[in-house]
Amino acid sequence: MNIDLDDRQRGIVDEAAEFARTVLAPRAQENDEKGVFPREVLKQMAERGYLGATVPQEYGGLGLDPVAYGLLVAAIESGDCAASRLLTVHVALVAEAILKCASTEQIREWIPRLARGETICAFALTEPDHGSDAAGIQTAYTVHGDEFRLNGRKRWITFSGIADLLLVIARNEETVSAFLIESATEGVRIIPQRGLMAGKACHISEVVLEDVVVSKKNMIGQPGQGFTYVVNAALDHGRYSIAWSGVGLAEAAVDAMVSYAKKRSQFGAKIGTFQLVREMIAEAVARVYAAKSLCLRAGETRRAGKPDSIIESTIAKHFAAGAAFRTACDAVQIHGGNGFSNEYPVERYMREAKVLEIIEGTAQIQQMVISMHGLRRFGRG
Amino acid sequence: MRAKIRSVIENNLNVFDSDVEFSDDDNIFRKGFVDSLFAVQLLDYLEQEFRIKISSQDLNIDNFYSVNRIISFVEEKRRQDGGTSA
Repeated sequence: MNIDLDDRQRGIVDEAAEFARTVLAPRAQENDEKGVFPREVLKQMAERGYLGATVPQEYGGLGLDPVAYGLLVAAIESGDCAASRLLTVHVALVAEAILKCASTEQIREWIPRLARGETICAFALTEPDHGSDAAGIQTAYTVHGDEFRLNGRKRWITFSGIADLLLVIARNEETVSAFLIESATEGVRIIPQRGLMAGKACHISEVVLEDVVVSKKNMIGQPGQGFTYVVNAALDHGRYSIAWSGVGLAEAAVDAMVSYAKKRSQFGAKIGTFQLVREMIAEAVARVYAAKSLCLRAGETRRAGKPDSIIESTIAKHFAAGAAFRTACDAVQIHGGNGFSNEYPVERYMREAKVLEIIEGTAQIQQMVISMHGLRRFGRG
Repeated sequence: MRAKIRSVIENNLNVFDSDVEFSDDDNIFRKGFVDSLFAVQLLDYLEQEFRIKISSQDLNIDNFYSVNRIISFVEEKRRQDGGTSA
């Protein structure tokens, strides 16, 4: 597959693949078991500039274009899903939303700190009773002169357990707005969520806001434009990022299944010689190729600034997430009983792949959007 | 410009009744002709098609809720930016 990247970006992506293989992958299982994303790994990611992956170089970021960013995410995902999820939250959801919707002063204040990894971010949209129905959030704000006061409860907030800064979406009756709130602000409580199937090292937590006072200068975007612009822009970038996570996870699962099929013998032959095993390998390889092609197509569309980039990213996310899950399931299947053991990575891949079909819009929400696109685009004759 | 803007809206309608019509003053979001994702998509379209730069201060749905509003916005930005005609 010929991918158009300049030498600088190609070098960054290649180094990220090596970093994922040598630093991230060996610790991923331990992190998953302990439920912790190590600070030292986070520090290494920051030093390499990954936490400012798409941030313009003038603000201290790597300034990767959408295609290079996607390849970076896929490389990181193949080493450790948690590290990749940090990129989605910190870079795609928060940094991109700030770059798109914040004032120049806000961008100058926050973006260099985000790019250096001095400030870690989380995106606080989802609530206990509002997931897919994000427009119905109940977290409320009231206006008091030049200040706002927020009350409410957010849930499933990835990396909020270690985040310094939260991008919080709240409403004042019908007016939905976005706020940057430091986690250390009085009235903010972070409650880690336990017993999760996946994302165990992602510090997923509840964020409780009790009479949290926020300065007017910390509102992002215009009052009342929080959902239309901040949320939609953030989730668009988030979906694109998760699409590439699907590619990275599917590639890791194919690697694992093929490696095992070449080594494991049954009935006196390597299981990779059996036709039914090879059928699973064939389908997995085809899915990886298709998912990567869709992501590259979405990336090229984004790089060109075309309006279709939103639907292209949605289609890529939907397909790649499903491809990752089906491929991870087949990787477990090829491993047989060993696939259930955490001595092999495929059980973790399967758990983590399921998440991709839910976060940044469930498969069913993507289907609603894609079907609408199909109803518009086709059958006009 | 009017025809181009009407066309991009028509290509993104959320309704399939071939008889549906919207006026140049209709609030296309409030009337459910398009969804909020279109608001973000529209930004990319306007920047590319009409060679304008939309800043964060411009991100207010009041600038984009009808054909006439969009035209006024683009014309004003062109005046400010000294942009070229598409």
